This record gives sequence, structure tokens and C-alpha cells, in this order.
Amino acid sequence: MRDAMIFEGGFSDVSRDSARAFRSAMNAMAHPGRKFDLTGAKPPAPLSEAAAGLLLVLADANTPVFLTGEHDTDLIRGWITFHTGTALATTPDQASFALGTWDALLPLRQWPAGSAEYPDRSATLIIEHPGEGETARLSGPGIQTHQDCALPAITPFRDNAAQFPLGLDFYFCQGSTVRALPRSTKVEAI
Amino acid sequence: MSDYNFAYLDEQTKRMIRRALLKALAIPGYQVPFASREMPMPYGWGTGGVQVSAATLTPEDTFKVIDQGADDTTNAISIRKFFEKTANVGTSEKTEEATIIQTRHRIPETELQEGQILVYQVPIPEPLRFLEPRETETRRMHALEDYGLMHVKLYEDIARHGAIATAYAYPVMVQDRYVMDPSPIPKFDNPKMEMAAIQLFGAGREQRIYALPPYTKVVSLDFEDHPFDPSKAEHPCALCGAEDSYLDEVITDDQGTRMYVCSDTDYCESRRATGHIGTEGTQPEEVFA
Amino acid sequence: MYVAVKGGERAIDAAHDWLAEERRGSPEIAELSIAQIREQLALAVNRVMAEGSLYDPDLAALAIKQARGDLIEAIFLIRAYRTTLPRFGSSLPVETNHMACTRRISATFKDAPGGQILGPTFDYTHRLLDFALMAEGLPAAAPGSGAPEGVTSPGAPPPEMPRITDFLNRDGLIQEEHPDAETPPDLTREPLEFPANRALRLQAITRGDEGFILGMAYSTQRGYGRNHPFVGELRFGTVSVEAEIPELGFSIEIGDIELTECETVNQFTGSKTEPPQFTRGYGLTFGHTERKAISMALVDRALRWEELGEDNAGVPAQDEEFVLSHSDNIQGTGFLEHIKLPHYVDFQSELELIRKLRAEAQAAMHQEAAE
Ligand SMILES: [Zn+2]
Repeated sequence: MRDAMIFEGGFSDVSRDSARAFRSAMNAMAHPGRKFDLTGAKPPAPLSEAAAGLLLVLADANTPVFLTGEHDTDLIRGWITFHTGTALATTPDQASFALGTWDALLPLRQWPAGSAEYPDRSATLIIEHPGEGETARLSGPGIQTHQDCALPAITPFRDNAAQFPLGLDFYFCQGSTVRALPRSTKVEAI
Repeated sequence: MSDYNFAYLDEQTKRMIRRALLKALAIPGYQVPFASREMPMPYGWGTGGVQVSAATLTPEDTFKVIDQGADDTTNAISIRKFFEKTANVGTSEKTEEATIIQTRHRIPETELQEGQILVYQVPIPEPLRFLEPRETETRRMHALEDYGLMHVKLYEDIARHGAIATAYAYPVMVQDRYVMDPSPIPKFDNPKMEMAAIQLFGAGREQRIYALPPYTKVVSLDFEDHPFDPSKAEHPCALCGAEDSYLDEVITDDQGTRMYVCSDTDYCESRRATGHIGTEGTQPEEVFA
Repeated sequence: MYVAVKGGERAIDAAHDWLAEERRGSPEIAELSIAQIREQLALAVNRVMAEGSLYDPDLAALAIKQARGDLIEAIFLIRAYRTTLPRFGSSLPVETNHMACTRRISATFKDAPGGQILGPTFDYTHRLLDFALMAEGLPAAAPGSGAPEGVTSPGAPPPEMPRITDFLNRDGLIQEEHPDAETPPDLTREPLEFPANRALRLQAITRGDEGFILGMAYSTQRGYGRNHPFVGELRFGTVSVEAEIPELGFSIEIGDIELTECETVNQFTGSKTEPPQFTRGYGLTFGHTERKAISMALVDRALRWEELGEDNAGVPAQDEEFVLSHSDNIQGTGFLEHIKLPHYVDFQSELELIRKLRAEAQAAMHQEAAE
């Protein structure tokens, strides 16, 4: 039973489903705060379809994934390692990807934010987020004028953007939808 | 080609490129190193663009390839055929129908929209490379936002020639942080880089990927007393009469007679199809057929 | 009326058909077989394997046939094929101490345990065209007639062949090499990053262009970073490749490959941190490719200036970025040949700029003359 839950739920047509899921992930990153569908993965709970899809498209043996809080279960570990071949990170500073709820991922400073020479060597946080919280006004690359969107908090994201070009990039997943917040986005409270 | 994966590259390689693309979008103008693969076409012939396209294409996409603005140049045809075979995607020569446009040296004249992706083939991604050949040095300059060398070079141009002597691959400042090479597009195209489409840049041989999300601030470097000038030949297109498009100069006889025609073949044909005819032009054949 | 040139697609197809015809040559002449290339052009096959970074003599022979004998083109075919292959795992480091040597020479000692084995070499041949080869159909040389006793005997693992440099090492006369447990970076899976470590440098050089590496090595001999090399040892032969199978929990032999290994012994008068002693350069290449292996050892030695506390003389062979960024002939040939592609747009923008600058310069001259 447990094995069946681990072995199932990947993309049915790996290369084509991955291409579609990546397009959603890329559109989200290129349009901060805007919502996109990311479907095709059927992971064990409480991992969402969108978060699982992101890991299927992006994670592999070269990108340690750190699981936090309620997402750090045997079943989810088994599912992710079977479908992506990733080596799970044992400490936050190794993580290429970190997965969990907002509270479980805090404090943000524990995740790698890149270096001045290589700002790309930074973690991407995949946050399971029900879409509530404070309404923020976003502006910057990818946004024509401004984009309003609900974030779990404001200050941590404003501080993250202040480190630019260093910093973390975020995906907020809710069911089969995803929004992104790259470090380049300016975040203000309304 | 059925022995190869969808869009040629294996999934492992696509994942690596996709991660680089997302970081590139998150840090506009910064060159992300990636482990470029040998492709079945030579380095320098668009392998960076091809790898980016391969990692980005979905089965539903409509793919267009231009080289020097034209769909029918030999290398554009070769790349278009490659993806017709390996990804079985639809193709088009119409800028507005395409969802992904791979380009070498031009930005289409027709304004791109949200939902479209422009993939550039880049030979030398480092804008500082011809001023400083060492990667360790240029990387440090970007880290420290130390662009003095570039400003000195542009200033010396003005002192010597009275103008900045760079006609293509004219450097830009992205979102007030990174100096970026726009690839060898004519400087006429630079102002178009603030656009609604996603722009992805792939340099295969040099192993770099960079990107511009839509509406990113892109400013061509200049000086207050010598503002950037995106000028082009002051002629209308001889075929379609357009006065707003970038023109190729064509020598038409042994006496060296010149004519000027749109470098963007789709733009020129579309204009002629809607009745815009220049001094030497006719309506495209399809109209009569 | 002007009609733009069309028909690029038809032109490409026609060019490819023509190429296929030219590749075959006259149909009156028998077609080359892959086996003929593999057996009779073995050194070409070796170079394609070495720089293609893929050990497969049949595929290398196929690539040479398809490329009409253009070895860089053949290397390109192999590289483009190689990059699509799945990775099943990594082998254990090969034990060149246990190489079954068909050739093994030292320039530093007249004789040493293991002996000098000349092997199948061009050395000492007189480079006179052998017109007898033009008359085909001569009887083949008797198999094994050249190989010394015991050298090629199959079956039992070859005994350990002592290393010349070990004799120097025992007396403390040569700088010691320390084993490094770290997995070397993989140039084909990660972007090249500077500064590189020695493992990465060696990897880049071993698949680098033979001509380029030879030129770099030669430049050190002529004084651009001179380091007085002797061929401490050059060996060529067969080693077995072993891989750890996780499911089994032990390693098994997965096949044999031929390698050329060269260790140079270089004079070193000492530095602030190191006493006077000999130092080493190292070369290891697929197949019988000894010009490349020796060149590699010289370039490796030149690139070690920092580690050995030498001065940087500012010469090309000491410059890691210069050597590594320009040694790959597939990158080089692609970028070089891409200037054949149309550049009308760039050229047009340059043309306009030149005209504009000229017009302005002329206007300024006229104004000066008027004043
Ligand atoms: Zn026109």
C-alpha cells in the first residue's frame, strides 16, 4: 500500500507533462504574483499538486531538497526521492529547494541566498500557502504597473528584495495553482 | 528521429537548463552558468538558443525561427526543421502566430505580446569580454557593479569619433543593476527590449543563460550630452514602403546600385499583403493565387 | 522589380545530397568498411576517441567514415552522440600500475625494473614513403611477430609494472603526489568554472585539441615558461575498468581499454616553500595517442606554477583561463566557422555607422578649411 503510494502519481507522459509544467513555472516567475495552473502530479497529502509538479520538473540528484514540518514524512520523502532521484538535504544550508508551510520555513536567513559572484546559487522556497494573509502591492520586472497579491507576511519579502541580486525566490502553491515571487520584486503593504 | 526524446534533449539536461532559466528570470541581466551540451549543430550556430528552446517548448507551441530577421535563411530553416522533427511542433513564419520565436541578430518589427517568448542566440554573452578577457575579472566586476571600464570605453569613443562607435550588440543596463549584452542585434532594436514578451538568452559555447521578464527596465548605455541614438538608414523599404523598419542594403547590379528592403521578411510580406507597396515592390504571390 | 532570393530549404537538401555523393567518392572503388578503418587507421580512431571522450572504436570508425576523414568533424559527431547517452554510474579509478604494456620507455634511466619496451612505434623509422604499400594485397605480417613474449598474453592479470618516478620518490628527489579522495568535477555535466583545480584541468586537456595542446607544450620548450621536462616514463597498453555495483556491494570488471600515460620529470630549483627537487607533469589519454599524452604532461606541469610556488612568467601555457577556454576544438571550430553564417544585419549597422562617422569627419574638415 505504502509502496504503491510512492511509486504512483508521477507525470503520465514525462517529457510532455514536464514541458507544460515548466511553462507554468516560468510564466509564474516571469509574472510575479500572477496565478497559473500547474497540473499533472498526484502526490501523497499534504503535498499539493502544484508543489509536487514543481519538484518533478526541477529537482534531481544535483539539487538537494529540504522538507520541513508536516511535509517531512516517510511517504513524501519516499515519493520525492523515487520520482526525482534527489538526495534530500539534511541541513538547510545545503538546500536548492525547501518545501513546507510558511511557518515551518522560517527563519528565512537559514536558506542559502547566493554570493555576490554567483547570486544564482540560492534556494528556491516552495511554500504551501492557502492564499490568505496580507495583501501586498508588487512591482518590478515582470509587472507592467503593479500587481496585488496575498502574501503570508510583508516584511520578510521586503527584506529579501533589499538584498538583490542576492536572495531567495519563492513559489506559493495552492492545490493545482502556483504563484511566484522572485527576489527582484518590490513588495509594499497597501 | 524517434530514438531521441521530445525536443531532442534528455529530461535530466532539460531540468538543468530549466533551473538556470528560472534563476535567470529572478535575477534579470545576470548570466547564469549552465552545463551546455554538445548539440547536433556546431557551437556558434545557435546551440544556446536551441537548448533554451528545447527546454521551453511544449507540444502546443507554434515555433518561428529567424536569422537576420528572415525566416528563409539557411540556418533558420535548419533549426526550424530540427524542432519540427524532434518535437513535432507547429511552425509559422507569422510573428503574431508564434508562441516561441528563436532569433539570431534581430527583434521582430511586429510588437510582441504577453504569452510570447523570444529566444536569442548569443555568441559572446559577456558585455565586458572585449574590454577584459578574463572570466574571473569580469565576474568580479559584475559582483561589485564596477562598470567603470565600460564607461571609459564609451567615453573614449566619443572623444575620438564624436559618437559611440558601437552599431550592434550595444550594451544595456538592466533594472539599474547588471550591464548586459543584448546579443548582436542592431542598436535600432535596443528600445524594443522593454516588451510584454519573455526574453531568454542562450549562449551554448560560453555556457551562459540570461533573461528579461516582461516590462523589465532596459536602458542603452549613454551619456547625458551624448544620448543613445537608435538610428538606421534613412530610406523607406523599396518593397513595402515601411519607414519604421530595419533595412538590409542590397546591391542590385554591377554598377553598385543599392536598394533598401526590410530585414524582417514577415513584416515586409504582411505589409505588402495589405496593400503597402514600395517603389520596387509587388504584392506577394499568395495574394494572386 | 526585385525578388528576394528564396529556396534555402531546397538548397540545403541539395547540398546534403551532394555531400553524400562526395563522401562515397567514385563508386568504381570499393567502399571502406568500419572494420577496415578501425584496424588500419587505428591512430585516427584513437584520436577521435580521446577528444570525443567516448571509448568506442567502432563508433569512432563510423564517425571518421561519415566525416570523410575530417577528424575534428568526426570528434564532433562522437561528442554530439555521447551527450545523449544515459549515465549508469562511474568506474573506479583505473590502475595504470597494472597496465599490460605494449610500450613502455623511460628517457631518464637507461634501464629499470620492467625494462624498456619499444613496442609498435614510429620512432626510429625512416620517414620514407613505402611504395610497397601502394601495391595492395601484400601478405599481412604474421600475427604476434612483433610483440615480445608475454606482453599480450591474455588471461592472468598483468604483474605490476613499477613506475620510474617511484624510484625517485623513494629517495625524496621528486615532489610527492598525494592521493585525493574527492570526486573530480565533471566537465561535461557542470559549466567550467575558474579557478579550476588540477583534476578539472587535466580533464579539459585530455579532451582538448591535440594540435593546440602540442603548440602550448612546444611553447614551454621554446622558453615561454620553460620547465625542463624529461619523459620519466611513457607507457601504452591495456587496463581493466572496474565499476562498483551497488546492488552487489562489490566491484566487477566491465571491460578493457587502451590508454597512454606519460609522466614527465621536470627540473625544479626550489622555491620559498619547496626544496630543490624534481616535479611532475602528468598526461593520460584514450588509445595510443602518445604525442598528446606527452604534450598534456608538459602543459599540466606549466599550469602548476602556483601550487609549486613558482613565479608566473605571464606566458600562455601558465594561463589556466587561456589554455582551458581555447583547447576544445569543437567549441573553437564551431565559433570559427559560424562567421560563414549571414551577418548582414550587423554588417549593415556597421556600414551605417562608418558612413555617419565619415560624413561627420568630412564636415568637420570642411569647416576647419573654411575658418
Ligand atoms: Zn518592407
